[in-house]
Amino acid sequence: MRDPLPDHGEELIHLMHDSEARSDVPADSVTQQFAAVSAGTVKAKRKGLPLGAWIAIGWMAILILAAILAPVLPIPDPINDANPLKAAQGPTLDHIFGLDGNGRDVFSRIIWGARNSLFIAFAAVITGFLIGGALGLISGYFKGRIGGVLGAITDILLAFPQLVLALAVVSFLGRTVFNVTMALAIVSIPILARITRASALSWSERDFVTAARAQGAGHIRTMLREILPNVLPAMLSIALLGIAVAIVAEASLSLVGAGVKPDVTTWGNVIFSGQAYIRDAPSMVLFPSMVIFFTVYALNYLGDVLRATFDVRESAL
Amino acid sequence: MAGTGKAHLSQGETVLRIEDLFVEFPVGRSGLKVSAVAGISIDVREGETLGLVGESGCGKSTLGKAIMQIVTANSGQVLFGDIELTTLKGEELRQTRPRLQMIFQDPISSLNPRRRVGKIVREGLDIWKIGDEASRQAKVLEVLEVVGIDAEAAIGRRPHEFSGGQCQRISIARAVATEPRVIICDEPVSALDVSVQAQILNLLEDMKARYGLTLVFIAHDLAVVKNISDRVAVMYLGKLCEIATPDDLYASPAHPYTAALLSAIPVADPEVNPTLRGGVGGEIPSPLAPPSGCRFRTRCPLATEKCAEEEPQVQEVRPNHFVACHFPLAEGQDLPALEANIA
Amino acid sequence: MSAASIKESSATTPASEAPLLVVNDLKTYFKTDRGLVRAVDGVSFTLERGRTLGVVGESGSGKTVLSRSIMGLLPKRDVERSGSVKFEGVELVGADTSLMVEYWGDQMAMVFQDPMTSLNPVMRVGKQITEGLRQHLDISKDHANQTALALLSSVGIPEPERRLRQYPHEMSGGMRQRVMIAIAIACGPKLLFADEPTTALDVTVQAQILDLLQTQQRDRYMAMILVTHDLGVVAGRTDEIAVMYAGKVVEKAPTKVLFSNLRHPYTEALLSSIPKISDPSHTRLKTIGGRPPNLINPPSGCKFSPRCAYATDKCRTEEPPLSAPDSDGHQFSCWFPVELSAKQTAGVR
Repeated sequence: MRDPLPDHGEELIHLMHDSEARSDVPADSVTQQFAAVSAGTVKAKRKGLPLGAWIAIGWMAILILAAILAPVLPIPDPINDANPLKAAQGPTLDHIFGLDGNGRDVFSRIIWGARNSLFIAFAAVITGFLIGGALGLISGYFKGRIGGVLGAITDILLAFPQLVLALAVVSFLGRTVFNVTMALAIVSIPILARITRASALSWSERDFVTAARAQGAGHIRTMLREILPNVLPAMLSIALLGIAVAIVAEASLSLVGAGVKPDVTTWGNVIFSGQAYIRDAPSMVLFPSMVIFFTVYALNYLGDVLRATFDVRESAL
Repeated sequence: MAGTGKAHLSQGETVLRIEDLFVEFPVGRSGLKVSAVAGISIDVREGETLGLVGESGCGKSTLGKAIMQIVTANSGQVLFGDIELTTLKGEELRQTRPRLQMIFQDPISSLNPRRRVGKIVREGLDIWKIGDEASRQAKVLEVLEVVGIDAEAAIGRRPHEFSGGQCQRISIARAVATEPRVIICDEPVSALDVSVQAQILNLLEDMKARYGLTLVFIAHDLAVVKNISDRVAVMYLGKLCEIATPDDLYASPAHPYTAALLSAIPVADPEVNPTLRGGVGGEIPSPLAPPSGCRFRTRCPLATEKCAEEEPQVQEVRPNHFVACHFPLAEGQDLPALEANIA
Repeated sequence: MSAASIKESSATTPASEAPLLVVNDLKTYFKTDRGLVRAVDGVSFTLERGRTLGVVGESGSGKTVLSRSIMGLLPKRDVERSGSVKFEGVELVGADTSLMVEYWGDQMAMVFQDPMTSLNPVMRVGKQITEGLRQHLDISKDHANQTALALLSSVGIPEPERRLRQYPHEMSGGMRQRVMIAIAIACGPKLLFADEPTTALDVTVQAQILDLLQTQQRDRYMAMILVTHDLGVVAGRTDEIAVMYAGKVVEKAPTKVLFSNLRHPYTEALLSSIPKISDPSHTRLKTIGGRPPNLINPPSGCKFSPRCAYATDKCRTEEPPLSAPDSDGHQFSCWFPVELSAKQTAGVR
């Protein structure tokens, strides 16, 4: 409950908190009916999500739903339904986002692109989340030699120029969805490992971790039950940002010709196919770019909201 | 107080017996080492409360953690009953855990903020699979009620919904749930307001009687330690200074450091002029380069050359009153008053 | 010019006849999203130069906010501060920050609880002392350095030349607190706030720092407000004590009167819940039941009534006012003040 006084109130709040550390009053200094109030507050915080967060969630929900339902939606096929006669046509009532250089419906291609791009981004980050998270948790919990070695591996991975690394992986192994996903996963592993490690390091200093060990809890039990739940918010928040970065990275790989092959519709490929027409038919690039913009913005924003929500709760702890 | 020696150790049955314990920590990457605990021998008898008191850097908390095997001793022994703890590894050490518990200073930090109180208190029972589901739940409710928490309402809540004093009660409930023999209490009341502190001290006395506990009570507040302890050990810079029953120790301290500590306590009595007491100047020397001989000699008004050359051994000055000092104070002898409070 | 003579120079500003500090019905409320926190709720007292007032209370009593509110060190937003604080007759409540800057350090200064966080970790100690000197006294760099040296030796820091060039982390807690005191007294303030100045220190060092504060206060003829949770700290070192509970002063008296003839049940409970070094081991402690008060929805009537052993229905409905000072200067706010007999059974010495 750090929020009562903003900015320059911080110092005083800290002072109030200092004295409260010796206190028999809950951390917000004030209530006897704290339990009731607190339970209400957390709910209020949920209910009180800013409007922007709801818009972002709504955008992502529509996008994900559209991506999942793409095969059954009444939209033209993104690859085969080409109408070369109308190539590079601007937006019309029939084709609200216009047609691309091969006369394919851009709206449909964006939805099919979402299906592949979001799959690649989510799969890459989930892989990074699991592997990087495990690495970070272990290296943050075992501070000694294990932590040092895992930390060094993380640092080495982080030091690689990441786009180049992804480029190399895709160039050598082939431009398939799986390989692009793995390339982006490799990039996201050290980032998540790093964040998880930093958070796990500070949480494992807490007395409750020592208390669990003193109860006889084994290492795995301590990591999973005591540390992981506390580290998870930071990991989730970074993972959301990671998905946003992965979406942009996928598009960037396509633009430099190292993305998924053009016969698979991704957002990167949609933009790539439009870039030659950017002067005559900017809509071909504009619409997919705007979709990427809104998606990345929504994910970044949600990451911030998530962190702020948990920060507030953490400071109350 | 550079006291070593074992004259004070009981010949009889002890719950905990610590001999020649050394705990060293590396300092940064300098290669230097600090001996936080530098050759302590001490024992804890069945059913007693042993108070460990001293200022920051005296090693009292490290000693507590070394007994728990949370920090690893460099040498020496910790005997828990017949079991030598310092050589135990992994699973064998884990097996001793439910019998040896700990309570921490910071009530907020010692409870996992993301777990519910019921789960926190149950953890030991779950780990050790003590009893069945129903008996574990009954035990959780019992210990929470005993420590004065409304158990039914509390088990579903998270720690941040409780005050510092209540969190400390929950910590105590967690510690007693597995029915331990010994609980190490590391500054359990120093983060609490005075009115709450009294509640927790009384509670610890009640718990000790109810569950037949043996306590090691670590604190910097001499009055608190006196209130709860059956024997008090005074520490300074990783060494033992003096150990005696509290009433004897506080009435006639034999070690100059104990006397200085006692005279430095602010007394809630305006008739006592605090500036006229005996005391010591200076501050605790760096543990990186502890003084030779007796470690207290640099601040001791009675120190001589002998104190610099020879480390004093623990000796019995009066029945059950042990001190590690070459020139212990006689009964009724005061420490010379501090000449100038400030240079 | 020594530090002492600097003090003289600032002390020669025309001293009005008014008492140094008159606080009248000072209120400080914080607006939070849970409601208004009444941290200080109508506090009044007068403090003359050369006198020491002890402010005692537990967490949530408002003692820390009180000292900050008097000094005007409060956040700008979401704070309601009303009442009056007159320093040498000048009203400070509502005063402009530019006026307050003239007072801070020069006329009134504060020693904080934690010397580590209140010193700048990346600035040499010497610079931190001379900064205030040069700002308020407009003296040369050399002169300021000389003064800083004199200050450091006067607060009992050995080898002051070397210490001036050190950073805070190179010093022990006690040394840092001495530096804080040196900074606070550098410009010869007339009023010194010491907010839990020894809570973070070891007991032998605590005694030294309290002695130092007392010596400096006497030598420099300052008024001092010593804020603490420890009745032992204020017992031998103050002229007067104000006991705070839930943002209000519940009892106020000259120190000796308070300890020999306390009247408020909260003061009694506070004193008897402290383990006393003179009591035999395993003495059962008296406890105050319940919890510190809720400052957003305080109990009606007397704020202490829910925890008070003597409370009646009157206490729970009507709030007792702070009584007018009796012949001893003793004030308390209680409908049923503790009588001597009750105190003896409570075992207060």
